[in-house]
Amino acid sequence: MGIGRVVLVTGVSRDLGRRFARAVAEDPSVRRVIGVDVTPPRGDAGSVSFVRADIRSPVIAKVIAKENVDTVVHMSVISTPGTSGGRNTMKELNVIGTMQLLAACQKAPSVQHLVVKSTTTVYGASSRDPAMFTEGMEPRRGARFGYAKDVAEIEGYVRGFARRRPDVRTTVLRCANVIGPHVVSPLTSYFRLPVIPTVAGFDARLQFLHEDDLHDVLTHAVNVDVAGVFNVAGEGVLTLKQAVRRLQRPAVPMPGAAVGRVGSLLRSARLAEFSPEQIGFLTYGRGVDTTRMREVLGFRPQFTTAEAFADFGRSMAPTGGGRTVRLLGRWAHSLPTPTEHRHLGEVGRG
Amino acid sequence: MGDAEIIPIGTRGRPGRGSGPRPSAASRNLAGGASSVRRSTAARSVPDPLTDPRADRRVHPGREASPAEPTTAGATSETAPARAATTTRERSALGGIVVGDWLAGFQHAATELFGDDAEMQLARFLAFLRRRVTGGYVIDEYGFDQELTQRFLMAALRPIAQKWFRIEVIGADNIPQAGGALVVSNHSGTIPLDGLMTMTSIHDQTGRFLRPLGADLIFSMPVVSSLARKSGATLACAEDAERMLSGGELVGVWPEGFKGIGKPYADRYKLQRFGRGGFVSAALRTGVPIVPLSVVGAEEIYPLVGNLPSLARLLGVPYIPITPFFPLLGPLGLVPLPSKWLLEFGEPIRTDDFDEGAADDPMLVFDVTDQVRETIQQTLYRLLMTRQSVFR
Repeated sequence: MGIGRVVLVTGVSRDLGRRFARAVAEDPSVRRVIGVDVTPPRGDAGSVSFVRADIRSPVIAKVIAKENVDTVVHMSVISTPGTSGGRNTMKELNVIGTMQLLAACQKAPSVQHLVVKSTTTVYGASSRDPAMFTEGMEPRRGARFGYAKDVAEIEGYVRGFARRRPDVRTTVLRCANVIGPHVVSPLTSYFRLPVIPTVAGFDARLQFLHEDDLHDVLTHAVNVDVAGVFNVAGEGVLTLKQAVRRLQRPAVPMPGAAVGRVGSLLRSARLAEFSPEQIGFLTYGRGVDTTRMREVLGFRPQFTTAEAFADFGRSMAPTGGGRTVRLLGRWAHSLPTPTEHRHLGEVGRG
Repeated sequence: MGDAEIIPIGTRGRPGRGSGPRPSAASRNLAGGASSVRRSTAARSVPDPLTDPRADRRVHPGREASPAEPTTAGATSETAPARAATTTRERSALGGIVVGDWLAGFQHAATELFGDDAEMQLARFLAFLRRRVTGGYVIDEYGFDQELTQRFLMAALRPIAQKWFRIEVIGADNIPQAGGALVVSNHSGTIPLDGLMTMTSIHDQTGRFLRPLGADLIFSMPVVSSLARKSGATLACAEDAERMLSGGELVGVWPEGFKGIGKPYADRYKLQRFGRGGFVSAALRTGVPIVPLSVVGAEEIYPLVGNLPSLARLLGVPYIPITPFFPLLGPLGLVPLPSKWLLEFGEPIRTDDFDEGAADDPMLVFDVTDQVRETIQQTLYRLLMTRQSVFR
């Protein structure tokens, strides 16, 4: 790596990409950071030089060759069409964009490292899932549409690239749902709803990754000489009901189909982004095993799942449930401090 | 003074006098005459206690509850018009008590009932309640909620296990006190009540939680799926079984599956095929002991005499049971028969002295599977011989 690395970051128009690019630019061992996207970043990009280019076009190959890029961080895989247009545009950006980028990387002899930010969505979400997915496991049902399918295809192309260019250190980070006060994603907009629709009778297990930890793990992957696929998530799990209660927001349990209908209603009203695979995720949840992240990649997130969610929830006012909590709190105040768990064992034996 | 002629008797359907914030125009105008009206109403109420002896008792609480009332009895001409109107809301005895007083009342009642430790117990319960409401409880990666399982599920199942089925546990010493182990049991009883009873009995005997492995049908059903995860179950697949066993958990498995639980009453205590021996390879890979468990009594709780295969196919479930009481008696038919249960834990079968690649040797896996199956079958026959009758 040494002095004068040149890092290319895709997807800098979005907040996470821009902030990561800035953080990398502050690294003294990095000579130059080039941010690439179709639209310029909205916030302050610091010393990052922005190149307005569509990764779907061969322009990207010229940029890589001209600037002598040695590290490519691919972050522009998007989970919802959002402002980019419809599903077709999204698919094109994700899949064709990645193909073009990988083709450019394959041609450029200067490229030595490739870091791809993927997602745990590739594992899908179904009732037949094991409790914890390890990196070697396949989804129980192959994704047929949407983001999950895009990511599965992207990972396929990345595997192909790694095979053809074994000299390039290729790292794929399958990140759990990123959460934090600044994150705008389908899941955070779901939790920001004042009344949260949930699937009745199910309690999904969720894992989160704090936005700061996402930066840290990407930086870590850029700097550490480890290749492979890694699950990245905060420690521990929360269930959906637990999460909603911690936000002190009222939950409305309804059948799965009704949640889907509410979801599409909210999407058309531009209140929240819902996608079919998100319904599956909110029904069955998903857990990933992070042993390889800790032991092979050597990364430890600062935030556990619960802490990341608490940090996200701090920015939001509760919309319900506060009265019961206050009432219980007032009553508890007049009672002695309970000594827990000594008693539990006795009950168990009784 | 047109009003004066109308007012004296009744209010003609409008809200009565005194229902407004101040005395009505009629009562202000009739300041002098009011006493006569009042006296007439008082006169009507006063003779009651004389004629009806029970009425005496009824009058007193009424007087205490509404402090505004006594003036009617003594109805003096000066106070009657000046006093503020009485509304029905004021008369409600419950309205005046603030929530804090209610809580203090409960607290005192609890102390009276349960003695000095009550406050501590109440505080613990309250802390529990707060954790539930605020989501402050912890679950493990499989979704197991130990607190809820211990405080609710076990507490609810314990009386059924002890009083209804009078479960007798034999050989509880064979369950390892610590470390991973695989409890393998026969499966019966139309609905998997034997699993729940085994969980409760093991917890009461050893203090350990049995982590059941459930069929995927369980995890696709609403309510059942979230309950199953909360009580410690996970999907019966090789990945989860090995993960739990290497994590040092006590894992329970019922390899007969739906074939065992949904078999006709005529086939009771005849073990079905033990799956494909997946549980044995999981135990071999992790090197944990296999504890065979034979359950006697669960076969008789819902004697399965018929099945509706076409309806079952339609609903996507393995079978729709017909018992002598269900669906004949409706919900009443869902009450399990109070058979006497015997749970015998056999001697653990060690798997750690096999070679490294033992789990990939199908013949060895089949042999161990058969050994476990035979052990359980023989124990079942022996227990049935010692049993006096189904219900005793």
